[in-house]
Amino acid sequence: MSADITKLRGRVAIVGAAESDELGRLPHKSSLQLHMEATANALADAGLRKSDIDAVFTSGRNMANDVPEYLGIRPRFSGGTQVGGCSFILHVEHAMAAINAGLCEVALITHGESGYSRIAMPAPRWGDDSTNNQFELPYGTSGPASGYGFLATRHMHTYGTTSAQLAEVAVATRKWAALNPKAFARDPLTIDDVLNSRMICWPFHLLDCCLVTDAGGAVIVTSAERARDLKTKPVYVLGTGECATHMMVSQMPSFISWDAARISGERAFRMAGVKHADIDVAEFYDAFTIVPMLALEELGFCKPGESGSFVSDQRTAPGGDFPMNTNGGGLSYTHTGMYGIFTIIEAVHQLRAECGLRQVANAKTAICHGTGGTWSAAATMIVSTER
Amino acid sequence: MADTYTGPVPKPTPETKPFWDATKQHTLKIQRCDDCAQHYFYPRPLCPHCLSRNVAWVAVSGRGKLHSFVINHRAPRGFPAAGPFIIGIVELDEGVKMMSNIVGIEPDPKLLRCDMPVEVVFEDITAEITLPKFKPVIR
Repeated sequence: MSADITKLRGRVAIVGAAESDELGRLPHKSSLQLHMEATANALADAGLRKSDIDAVFTSGRNMANDVPEYLGIRPRFSGGTQVGGCSFILHVEHAMAAINAGLCEVALITHGESGYSRIAMPAPRWGDDSTNNQFELPYGTSGPASGYGFLATRHMHTYGTTSAQLAEVAVATRKWAALNPKAFARDPLTIDDVLNSRMICWPFHLLDCCLVTDAGGAVIVTSAERARDLKTKPVYVLGTGECATHMMVSQMPSFISWDAARISGERAFRMAGVKHADIDVAEFYDAFTIVPMLALEELGFCKPGESGSFVSDQRTAPGGDFPMNTNGGGLSYTHTGMYGIFTIIEAVHQLRAECGLRQVANAKTAICHGTGGTWSAAATMIVSTER
Repeated sequence: MADTYTGPVPKPTPETKPFWDATKQHTLKIQRCDDCAQHYFYPRPLCPHCLSRNVAWVAVSGRGKLHSFVINHRAPRGFPAAGPFIIGIVELDEGVKMMSNIVGIEPDPKLLRCDMPVEVVFEDITAEITLPKFKPVIR
C-alpha cells in the first residue's frame, strides 16, 4: 500500500451513538421503525438535525435506498456495503474516506433488524442454482451455528482448547450484561450452565450461541473540525481496517487462523499508531463464544492458540484485567442478526463515561471488531477521546 | 426417491453441470488449471487463482482427510435427516476443500478426529442429482 494511511488518523469523529427506543422482542415494531428510532436518538445525542445528514450508510436486508426513503433523507452519498454483521464498522471506514474526500460531511450509519419477530423483513432466498444451494445447503447446514463451529473444532484439535474455555466467554459476558439494564439476558450463569445447556451444533451448546432479538442502532460520523462544535465529547476514529475472504465457509482460506481479522487489525493498528497496552476496553462481535477468542489472537492480544488460556479465570469479566464486551455482547445484551453497530455504540458510550455500573474506569481508547457472514469478513476500528 | 426428497436440491448451472453430471455417474470430478497447475473447487470456467481460461475437468480418487467437522443437532426445516448428523470440511488429496456429510459413523465427537482419512461415497437424492458424501477409511 503506497498511501500514507496514518494521514487518516483522527480526521473524523463519532459524535452521536444510540440504540432504538427498545431492544429485545418487539413484535409491534418493523425493522425500518427500528432504524428510524435509532437515527432519531443518535441525532439527538449529537445535537444535530436530520437535515444535517448528507450521507447514509446501511446494510442488511434493507437496501441503501429504502432506509433513506423511510427516514425522509435524500443522501448525496450512499453506502450499502453488505459483508455481514461487521458491515457497520466498515461503514465508518468508508464514511471516513468520503468525508476526507470532501464528498459529504455528516454521515449516518444505521441498523434496524426485526431479527426475532421478523416484522417487515425481506425474505432471504438462495436460488436453487446459487453456489450456496449447490455446495453447502444440501448437507444440512443451519446457518451460522453450523458454519462457525468448523474453526472451533479445528482450534480444539490443534491447541487443546476446551468447551469450558469457550464457556468462560459466555459467563464473563453475562456478568457484564447483569450490569446493563438494556441487556436481554441478565440472570447469573456458570460454566456448568453453559456446558449443560442443550447441544445446538457440536461443539456449540445453546449458551455458546448469541441471542436472536429485535433492535436498531445508529451512529453519526463527521469531520474532527465539525465535531468540535457539537455538544458531545468527540470520539475520534484513530484507525480502521477491513478484509473479506469468502462467502461460503467451505471456501475459508484457513480453518486454524482467521486471516480477515488479522489483516483488518494490522491496518487499524498501523493507522492508529497505538499499542495493545493502550487499549482500555474491547468490543468484539461474539456471535459464538469462539469468535471473540479468535479476535484476541488475530488482533495480537495473545498468540495463536492461546485464547483459551487468555479468557480463563474470567479475565474478560467485570473486575478482570481485560474488559471485553461490556454491554453484555451478542451473547447476552442483544443480537439482531447484524451486531456490529452495537460494538461501536458501546465503545462510544464507554469513552464518554456514560455506562453507569458497567463503566470501565478511565477508558480513553477502545477497539471494536466484528465478523461478517461466516468468518467471511472482518473489520477493526480503534477509537479514542484523544487525537 | 425423486418424489420424496425434501431437502435442498442443487440446480446445476452451465459452469457446474459437468460436476453434477459426474456425480450422477458416481465419479468425483474437480477442475485443474493447466496454466498455474492448481486444482480448485467449486466449479468455475476461469481459474480462481490466475483467471486463466485454460482449465480442465479431472476425475479424482475421492480420497482425502476430514479437515474439520461439526455435529448438527438441529436440522433445518424440511431437511430429510433428523439431527444429529455430521457436516465435514473434507480436504481432498488434491488439496481442495469441500463441504459434505460424513456418513457410516456415529455422530459422536469421540469417534471423530480432524485429519482422519475419508473417501467419497455417492447418494442419489433425486433422479437427476447425486450428492458426494464421505465415509471414514479404515487403513
